[in-house]
Amino acid sequence: MLRLTLYLVIGIALFLALKHVYTYLPEAVLRKMVRIWDKIFLSLTWVFAGVTVLALGFIIFHILSNGIPHLSPRLFAVNVTLGDVSMFPAIISTVLMVIIVLAISVPLGMFTAVFLVEYMRTGSWFVTLIRSAAEILAGIPSIVYGLFGMMFFRVFLGMGFSILSGSLTMSIMMLPLIIRTTEEALKSVPDTYREGSFALGAGKLRTVFRIILPNAMPGIFAGVILAIGRVVGESAALIFTAGTILQIPSSLFDSARTLTVHMWRLSSYGQYVNETYATAVVLLLVVLSLNAVSGVIARKFTKT
Amino acid sequence: MIKFDMENIDVFYGNEQALKSVSFSVETNEITALIGPSGCGKSTLLKSLNRMNDLVENCRITGKITLDGESIYGLDVNHLRKRVGMVFQKPNPFPMSIFDNIAFGPRTHGIKSKRRLNDIVEKALRDAALWSEVSDRLGKSALGLSGGQQQRLCIARALAVEPEVLLMDEPTSALDPISTGKVEELAMELSKDYTIIIVTHNMQQAARISNKTAFFLLGEMVEHGTTEQVFSNPKNEKTEAYITGRFG
Repeated sequence: MLRLTLYLVIGIALFLALKHVYTYLPEAVLRKMVRIWDKIFLSLTWVFAGVTVLALGFIIFHILSNGIPHLSPRLFAVNVTLGDVSMFPAIISTVLMVIIVLAISVPLGMFTAVFLVEYMRTGSWFVTLIRSAAEILAGIPSIVYGLFGMMFFRVFLGMGFSILSGSLTMSIMMLPLIIRTTEEALKSVPDTYREGSFALGAGKLRTVFRIILPNAMPGIFAGVILAIGRVVGESAALIFTAGTILQIPSSLFDSARTLTVHMWRLSSYGQYVNETYATAVVLLLVVLSLNAVSGVIARKFTKT
Repeated sequence: MIKFDMENIDVFYGNEQALKSVSFSVETNEITALIGPSGCGKSTLLKSLNRMNDLVENCRITGKITLDGESIYGLDVNHLRKRVGMVFQKPNPFPMSIFDNIAFGPRTHGIKSKRRLNDIVEKALRDAALWSEVSDRLGKSALGLSGGQQQRLCIARALAVEPEVLLMDEPTSALDPISTGKVEELAMELSKDYTIIIVTHNMQQAARISNKTAFFLLGEMVEHGTTEQVFSNPKNEKTEAYITGRFG
């Protein structure tokens, strides 16, 4: 501890001394130093960017190389029994879960954001309240949502282990994200559009639906894509609410395991590591294709 | 005939007073130019006339403004803005097709028939002297037009709801000289059918196109009269100083 303090003091002293020296250096030298620092900094940004890309590339390569060789028809079997390795029911459950979560959280979050940005005065206490609530919600670990969902939806409301319990829990989890991104998207719509619309005698409702929301769609969809990724990637909150039963759900009240939960189950058996990797490949594809679909929809909304 | 009548208008932004006891009236089918240095309150006055100031937080207006003898605060605000159109400093076409831009207003006020919309769009574009330039690309995005065309599109958009008054807030300040000329010609042409109030920083523009001129300084209306009188024989020495370019 003492040594650390000493180093810190020496470091600061050195820094100050160096700064002092700078003022006495001839201008040509100074300029050269600035150029050198520029170069060093530029190479550093390249290195950092490179590390990021490499890490991502490595993970994808790792998953694909370990997973693709083990993709087998057995993993996609439609008829499954408990403890099976087939991910077919999990794919269905995942897609179903994503659809329900979006159907609940997107309208709710979107209109909360519209209310906050377009209808409330900036800085009013109510806006501050909702915004801080959303921020706090965003900071809560997913396992806590899982516990809440378990106590409230599963036990108190008696929904049991079910797609519905899981979806409702995930919807609450997604709200802060949707609200935040929609707010940003709405704020990025230039005020001149609002003025133009109001000046033509259009009311608030028409301005919001015909001018503001269409122009905010790309930003809103960016949030939706993020939300999809989070739903597909979530496991902790779902284990407590949607449960882990491997089956094709026949109703919203059936328990179901999503792909990530399925992966967790497989890997925890110990003997299915290869199958886990193969499932990860499919998970990757599901996420990518969901993103692509929402990208297409986003472009449809913003054709001009 | 008096279109707009203002009596003792005070406008405050928070504690800042932007207009001090302004009174004057605007006659039908005339062009009134509001001139004065930046921050003198002329845009504030313009925005008070169609109640765009309602949208500004902390803005408070006292005094009486009447349109055809009726207080504008007694009218439905959307109906008021239909009757009193506005063109902004920077062209602000919506990011949609040329047709949809023009049709936005009429659709807002309940016109749905495709045939009627076609007629309205064509008439508005003809009135704004833009028809010949865009008639073959009504379905294309309005953002692809040049700055001057965009501004005339915004004028056409305002005309499409058949307003009685057109408020123009420095409509040519973002335009090149040729486009400026076109917009000025257009304003003069339109004054046959509409009452126009235009805010401008350009003395020559005010002198060229307006019938009446009002000069503002620090929130007060210093002088108001026929453009000829204000420019050739100003009663107030401040007006003279401003017009001859000694300050501002």
